Amino acid sequence: MSWRRFFRRTDWDRERSAEIESYIQIETDENVARGMVPADARAAARRKFGNPALVREEIYRMNTVAFLDTLSREARHALRALRHNPTFTVVALLTLAIGIGANTAVFSVVNGVLLNPLRYPKADELVALHQEAPGAAGLASFSKGLPLSASMYFTYSEQNRSFQAMGVWSVNTANVTGLAEPEQVRVLVVSDGLLEALGVAPAAGRWLSAADQVPRGPERVMLSYGYWQRHFGGEPSAIGRNLTVDSRPREIAGVMPQGFRIADAEFDLLAPFQFDRNRSILAGFGLQGIARLKPGVSLAQANADLARLVPVWMHSWTNGPGTNGDAYATWRITPALRPLQQEVVGGVSDVLWIVMATIGLVMLVACANVTNLLLVRAGVRQHELALRSALGAGRGQIVGSLLVESVLLGLLSGVLGIGLAAAGLRLLQIIGPANLPRLAEISIDYRTLGFALLLSLVSGVLLGLIPAWRYAGPRISVVLRSAGRTASLSRERHRVRNLLVIAQVAMALVLLVSAGLMIRTFQVLRTVDPGFARAEHLQTMRINIPASLVAERERVIRIENEIVDKLSAIPGVTAAGFASEMPMEGYTSGWDEIFAQDHTYPQGEIQPLRLYKHVSPGFFHTAGTRLTAGRELTWAEVYNRRRVVLLSENLARELWGVPAAALGKHIRELPNDAWSEVIGVVQDVRETGVDQKAPETVYWPLDNPFIGVVRTATFVIRSDRAGTESFLNEMRQAVWSVNANLPVASLRTMQAVYEESLARTSFTLVMLAIAGSMALLLGIIGIYGVISYAVSQRRREIGIRLALGAEAGTLRGMFVRQALLLAGIGVALGMAASGVLMRLMKSLLFGISPLDPLTYAVVPLVLVAATVLASYLPARRAAAVDPVETLRAE
Amino acid sequence: MPRRESPLESEMLQGTLDMLVLRTLVPGPAHGHTIAHAIERGSEDVLQIEHGSLYPALHRLEDRGWIASFWGTSENNRKARYYRLTPAGRKHLHAQTARWEQVVYAIGRILKPAVE
Repeated sequence: MSWRRFFRRTDWDRERSAEIESYIQIETDENVARGMVPADARAAARRKFGNPALVREEIYRMNTVAFLDTLSREARHALRALRHNPTFTVVALLTLAIGIGANTAVFSVVNGVLLNPLRYPKADELVALHQEAPGAAGLASFSKGLPLSASMYFTYSEQNRSFQAMGVWSVNTANVTGLAEPEQVRVLVVSDGLLEALGVAPAAGRWLSAADQVPRGPERVMLSYGYWQRHFGGEPSAIGRNLTVDSRPREIAGVMPQGFRIADAEFDLLAPFQFDRNRSILAGFGLQGIARLKPGVSLAQANADLARLVPVWMHSWTNGPGTNGDAYATWRITPALRPLQQEVVGGVSDVLWIVMATIGLVMLVACANVTNLLLVRAGVRQHELALRSALGAGRGQIVGSLLVESVLLGLLSGVLGIGLAAAGLRLLQIIGPANLPRLAEISIDYRTLGFALLLSLVSGVLLGLIPAWRYAGPRISVVLRSAGRTASLSRERHRVRNLLVIAQVAMALVLLVSAGLMIRTFQVLRTVDPGFARAEHLQTMRINIPASLVAERERVIRIENEIVDKLSAIPGVTAAGFASEMPMEGYTSGWDEIFAQDHTYPQGEIQPLRLYKHVSPGFFHTAGTRLTAGRELTWAEVYNRRRVVLLSENLARELWGVPAAALGKHIRELPNDAWSEVIGVVQDVRETGVDQKAPETVYWPLDNPFIGVVRTATFVIRSDRAGTESFLNEMRQAVWSVNANLPVASLRTMQAVYEESLARTSFTLVMLAIAGSMALLLGIIGIYGVISYAVSQRRREIGIRLALGAEAGTLRGMFVRQALLLAGIGVALGMAASGVLMRLMKSLLFGISPLDPLTYAVVPLVLVAATVLASYLPARRAAAVDPVETLRAE
Repeated sequence: MPRRESPLESEMLQGTLDMLVLRTLVPGPAHGHTIAHAIERGSEDVLQIEHGSLYPALHRLEDRGWIASFWGTSENNRKARYYRLTPAGRKHLHAQTARWEQVVYAIGRILKPAVE
């Protein structure tokens, strides 16, 4: 049997008909030649041939694939049936399409972000050199763990036995001048071994190499593809040219290909580290490491290998005379390598899986609704089905025809759903939740399409199974005897519909509780004082003054002071100042120990690390950070290099009990440093996000003999005009009036920074709220449908009751009570399920328990109110039944 | 796959009809009308068949690749579909004929003594 013939069998039939006609003509010709009258000749020819229809039929059957034949007949029948019930079809198609679309969209995000490997060759060999250090308070409390120091990089990369290659990198910015306007660009500084580990070949030129890493050697950079296109038009001649980076010429060694990133970091330039081996010390933890495992080496083996090297590192390097590397033993540094993919995806995987699960629940609710619709339809059709079965259709055939219809429905919805998903993804990419990694890599690929197809098929089959199971049974006689009047509907069928509604309500409750918990989390986060005030009127701007442009410390401070003055002079500005970084900006900060004069410290023990920041006079006033005690810095103190310092409230409390007691006390950074006097204490600031603990912080002046002068700072300007274009222009002009070579970057309002830090929570909130409302809406429709159906099935009973004098109100109450009973069971089940499931959400919640009483009280009330509404409408129709009419219809 | 028997097949072994059709095509291509008459005449009218029932057989043989067809013009200038033997068909015919002769010989040997 050939498939080609199967699909071309209409053509074949035409051919055969022509052939038969040709036979009859030839035979007729011969008969005429034998002397017959033409009419008789043709009749005789036909007799000789036999029945042409039988012959054609037989040949046609030979070309038939019976299964496909049945299928296409059933599909045509189903399509016709769907066309004749436009309301049912549109409702069912839309419900399913939205469900499939939402699931496909979310799956494509999960697929692109979590499942697809990173875009490096053999990405599964890549690991992030994550290490834990429970003893290093503060520094290692980042989600990134304890970063590496340069000396660690040397020890690990030279002595490990597990890696094919390893390197370290960190994020930086630099000023590029001499091209167009001065521009601040994103620089990733990389060590030797990093590009080798990632293994992505350059698009042009060559990689940075070990030779570029030699201190005071030639200075080279690589460009990103985008930067190459923007500034050099993609010209290969850019290789070998010089680029002025931070006022120094650097030769362009090569260009990385489009889309290349290090972990999830985008960049304009790649620059090599130039570690000075002889001056490297133990400390200086600020580097992230990436390695490529040797084939066959497991994470555990590599961890053990590095754990072996931690003591080696402690003994090979020092922090200077009088210090002891063994002190780091108290940090309990433990290598905990992670697949690079996990490091990139980070906390988002929790969010995405939860969103995927919730949207899957919505799909189930949608399926329950459509199943109910199908049950109603099958109920209407049961007379037809019984007739077919009486005429000899087997149970299999009837199940088949019901399944074909529902699968067809599923597939059609799937096609619509893929369209919806594509539109949704485009929207997602336009909105671009800032903290969603790998956003650009999300697309509808074969796996996503396969998922959508599978989902459509499975939901189609599931949808069809329940009605098929209910209606294909051998109950023909019952149905036929009742002559199409479903007098006493079997309780069983009601049971199925009721169970579906209960399940719907339970699932809707779970989704609404999860959305409710997120709303409560958001509320709590909003009430947390971040440590700055009225952020929408706070403009930020990042400026860097490289040493190659202005060498002398004194002049750097003068320039910064002048910029503050010029900014303050802009109309509408009430205050201006700057700090080494603003809270939640995500720039790497410094961490170190401090020693208080009136405390004693055991020899050789490393103290908890404190966040180090540098602030200008007037900064706290500008940012709206409250002074708990004392005062701010003055410019005079800065210029005179007075040794003064401010502390955060939690640090002051830790050292001296009450903030005010800190005033006049002295602290220092190193055991043999000069003392600095505490002149002020400020409120705690949530540096790494409102949901994170405020770190203990030391605020140093701008110029510290040991640390040097602050050259990169975020300026903050308080003004009602913050964020407007004219204001930004005046700010740039103010900066350039001081020095025209200074690029101005990161112009944002503090409100934007704040909201970005809440992006993960708000993204989850929005997704769960969408899922919750969809489920609620579908649940309401489900209850409405069930009660309407019950009313329509019980019209006669209602009529009789009314005729016997029942009150309309009692009847309405009867149906509303039925709905409430169903909803009540659903709510109870949903509450129990939520109690268990919400624990999974714990990592996303802040300040409330997964069993938040308010949420668990309000959500059921909402559902019950919705149930009353959804059942009252059809119940009202019941009371409006005309008893005379229904009784006459008997 | 449901396949009902054709009127011809119920009277005659299917393989036999196939063999006859193939044999008819050995001298050269022929159309359905010629084939039907050739079988009838060749058997001295012992094998009376409804000519229409020949066509499903032709279809089946073509499906198996033993014969091939093309449109041509008949002796008296009518459009007709011609069939010709393919090499595979020729091989099949030889095999079938040999087998047939064996069977006939064997059956003959068994039946002869009873007749004598």
